[in-house]
Amino acid sequence: MLRRRSDLPMNEDTLGRFLPWLIAFMVFLSALALAGMLILNDAVKRWDTGLNATVSVQVPPGANAREDEQRLGQVLAVLAAKPGVERYETLSKDRLFDLLKPWIGDTGQAQDLPIPMLIDVTVDRDADLDAQSLAKELQARVPGVSVDDHRVWLSQLVRLVTVIQVLAWAVLGLIALATIGTVVFTTRTGLAIHREAIEVLHLIGAQDAYIARQFAARALGLGLKGGFLGLALAVPTLAGIGYLALETGATMVPKPDLGVLKAMGFLFLPVAVALLAMLTARSTVMRNLKRMS
Amino acid sequence: MPPKVRDSDPESIVRFENVGLRYGLGPEVLQDITFALGPSSFRFLLGESGAGKSSLLKLLYMALRPTRGQISLFGRNVASMSRSELPRLRRRVGVVFQEFRLLDHLSAFDNVALPMRVAGARESDVRRHVEELLSWVGLKDHLNSRPPTLSGGQQQRIAIARAVITRPKLLLADEPTGNVDDKMGLRLMHLFEELNKLGTTVIVATHNLGIVRQMAHPVMRLENGRLNTDEAEIISDLRLDEPGIGAGAASAGPGFTRIH
Repeated sequence: MLRRRSDLPMNEDTLGRFLPWLIAFMVFLSALALAGMLILNDAVKRWDTGLNATVSVQVPPGANAREDEQRLGQVLAVLAAKPGVERYETLSKDRLFDLLKPWIGDTGQAQDLPIPMLIDVTVDRDADLDAQSLAKELQARVPGVSVDDHRVWLSQLVRLVTVIQVLAWAVLGLIALATIGTVVFTTRTGLAIHREAIEVLHLIGAQDAYIARQFAARALGLGLKGGFLGLALAVPTLAGIGYLALETGATMVPKPDLGVLKAMGFLFLPVAVALLAMLTARSTVMRNLKRMS
Repeated sequence: MPPKVRDSDPESIVRFENVGLRYGLGPEVLQDITFALGPSSFRFLLGESGAGKSSLLKLLYMALRPTRGQISLFGRNVASMSRSELPRLRRRVGVVFQEFRLLDHLSAFDNVALPMRVAGARESDVRRHVEELLSWVGLKDHLNSRPPTLSGGQQQRIAIARAVITRPKLLLADEPTGNVDDKMGLRLMHLFEELNKLGTTVIVATHNLGIVRQMAHPVMRLENGRLNTDEAEIISDLRLDEPGIGAGAASAGPGFTRIH
């Protein structure tokens, strides 16, 4: 249990003014890193479940409808036998003309226009299906077949995002390290400032843990104070970034929506930093007191 | 010659055997200190400034470890004790430091409460005992005063209250009458005597021969780092058996003739 009252004149030293601001800064930075990470996570998840799993196969039109049918049949046979292909669907002519409408206008009387046939293929993402080898296989049967793999550029994007996420984790890790360093430093300074009082406490029969508890309680208090201050500063910043993202119409980035769970994540930040500060202060005191006498 | 310390003396509260102390590479400030005190002993520790009184007390309250020899407190060899065992032992020792060493940011009440709180006492007990003791030493109206706002004599009484609040088995006082007049000094000594009657072993380091003369307790004397426990010699040396200034009861009393 942490007692409110402190036997050491902690409120009178300058550290109390210095530590909360540093921690506020740490929490501010980590909130930004966390927000970036969550947004990218969402984006990747969307791309993954959306485009990533599909491949389109384009079959060039034949001389007549029968040839069309024959080519399509051959391609579909290959797809049916191909492991890793989950589902495939030939887009109907109507649907194709719908898609082409913006370019060729109303095609009411041009139904026999030779346009390629499109097959939407859903790929099992776990199967390592290679679009290029699929294209080769298909081209052997039906010349001119092409395979569009959205995954190629997407996978590059995903790789980029992954790198950014790793960086965000690294930033969080560095922030944690900086917090630990700061608390170690301030705690050591505190030990030096209160050395005389600590010696008296020792001579009176205080255990190291009793003294450490007082430093830990103070670090927790200052940590919470600074942590929530940092979060309070981060919220408008994040809101501003979100607003700008919407304004510029960055469609690749999903709307920064805060679910309850994610909001909890942000509330957890200052608590986590404060707990880290508390544990660091405690272990610093325990270690240094052993060295002291 | 110092009296031989009996080997089988489980009863002894304090026991020094050939203890020596030096700071760093300096000369020994204490040499061959050998003595033992049982429960309910009362000793005055005399000696010139720089004779080693404070060093001897520091060894007793475990702020220092001896460079040689062996110290046992409450039957336990201090040298063999781990760091985590020390607090428990220190709680049985009350110390009145020469410079008080009160915590200036705490009220008189909190200062006196400290040893109880450190030992994990219930807050209701703390309140009751501390208020009672502070009233007893005449500081009832200053429970919430901080030491710097009080006089030297008042601070001294806080320091003494803090030393005795847990009814220690060993009470050490370094010049406890240094900052007060003889009358107040005597009053504080009577407080020590009360505790002593309840079983506490008391060691008072002092320059104040007036008080030593008035109280019938054995004396020990540090002379250049060596402890002289030959009372007859000390008494004649310091003329303790002659009525001194401000001394009411000059008779040496039983304490002076009884050696341990």
